[in-house]
Amino acid sequence: MSTNVLFDVPGPKARRRSLIVSIVATVVLAVGIVLLYLTLAAPRVSANGIESPGMFDPTRWDIITDGRMWNAILVRGLLMGTLRMAAVAAVLAVLFGVLFSFARTARAKWIRIPAAVLLDFFRGMPVLLLMLFILLVFATGSYWAGVAGLAIYNGAIIGEALRSGIQSLPKGQRESGLAIGLTPVQTRLRIEFPQAFRQMLPIIIAQLVVLLKDTSLAYIIAYPELLNIGLRQLPTTYGNRYFFTFFFIVLVVYLTVNLLLSWLARIVAHRTSSGAKSSKTKGTPAPRGVDTAAMNAVMPDASGPGQT
Amino acid sequence: MDAIIENLPTFLGGFWTTLQLLLLSGAGALVLGTLVAAMRISPVSALRVFATVYTEILRNIPLTLVLFFCAFLLPYLGVEFPYFGFAVVGLTAYTSPFIAEAIRSGINGVALGQAEAARAIGLTFGQTLRLVILPQGIRMVIPPLLNVIIALTKNTSVAGAFFVVELIATSRQIINIRGDATIAILLAVAVFYLIITVPLGQVAARLERKVAVFR
Repeated sequence: MSTNVLFDVPGPKARRRSLIVSIVATVVLAVGIVLLYLTLAAPRVSANGIESPGMFDPTRWDIITDGRMWNAILVRGLLMGTLRMAAVAAVLAVLFGVLFSFARTARAKWIRIPAAVLLDFFRGMPVLLLMLFILLVFATGSYWAGVAGLAIYNGAIIGEALRSGIQSLPKGQRESGLAIGLTPVQTRLRIEFPQAFRQMLPIIIAQLVVLLKDTSLAYIIAYPELLNIGLRQLPTTYGNRYFFTFFFIVLVVYLTVNLLLSWLARIVAHRTSSGAKSSKTKGTPAPRGVDTAAMNAVMPDASGPGQT
Repeated sequence: MDAIIENLPTFLGGFWTTLQLLLLSGAGALVLGTLVAAMRISPVSALRVFATVYTEILRNIPLTLVLFFCAFLLPYLGVEFPYFGFAVVGLTAYTSPFIAEAIRSGINGVALGQAEAARAIGLTFGQTLRLVILPQGIRMVIPPLLNVIIALTKNTSVAGAFFVVELIATSRQIINIRGDATIAILLAVAVFYLIITVPLGQVAARLERKVAVFR
């Protein structure tokens, strides 16, 4: 629903009022931002009387011309830390998801029910706990603990999404597959699964964005990724006066990568939902005609990055 | 098993902290998220732009970074809180855009004709929202909201790395004493989380099915 249905095309009076409110709101926001800027820029005096320069003081920012710093952030942190973990975990998560969805929709009870319990178990606990468990129990080292934790958790969520995709298909798909002489396994693999996968692609991609965000949890198990390198190692090397600078840089890098990926996810979502299942709103392609119960268990809004 | 029974009071203490984190930041995020959602659909464009930017930025940075900001940079800027307070602030801020999006998608889920009809009989923006859109939107919003709360439950675990002694931090302390019972201790922590998340998830799924029939 486009929001402007909620109110009339404003007349002169309403337009003026709206303009006034708009100006007031802008001024309030601008004042807030300026205040924030001033708070950050003000030099502060610590308890023992030493004055440290404000956050925007050049002495705090001369680091941004240092190539080694960027090398540490972008290559060691982002590429070799965060992205390497995210890429491997993403591949494994999709793989697990496919396996989980097959097990979850198997005809044999002794496969289906344990799979359902296991999926609920994995989905109901924090990723961090999974990582800790793998780290402490299997002593895998922090990289594989992070990868495995992310892969299992997100695999469970992708599996649940694929299951709801398979179950939301019209019964006729399976019946006609069987009717033309395919075995049940062939029907599942060649008729049902490809459709479910395409239908759930936006959700899967959005979940992979979540996965990328969650690699930052590996910081807690001491894996050297972007956050760890940017906010632990670099301030130790270059001195704490650059702490705010590093925080800002890490923030911008995360925002750039995630926004790019979300944007990509949105394009794919639009492309796949441009058929019958197109959504009404720009930006929130909520797939229709699917079992939304399971989908929302994945995330409230399929288009953007989710929460966990 | 004896490692758990011995340390049950410690576990319960951690569980209570997790619950407090959940309740306080859940309530905070609901208030903040509703405000942001209202701004997002309001006729005032400055508020709309602000709400959109707020949502997009907060949704795209990892929770760990948000909590890092709260635990290390806020004290530096002169904000004085116990670490528990910082964690609540961080979790509230991080969860609010998801609440806002859930509410907004509920409002968007109400059929277009409803809003048009409300406008056609001359209701104002406020009346349309209050009398027509929200009563219908709310029932579609509750299941996704519950899912946001479930995610929040799991997210409270990150606060354990920022000096808040909740379940995860508690388990780490206990493992330090009883290294021989690591598996049992971690499974016990998992059970504590499942006590919160599984019932909530089932309520959400049931409500969702009800709403789906209604639609």
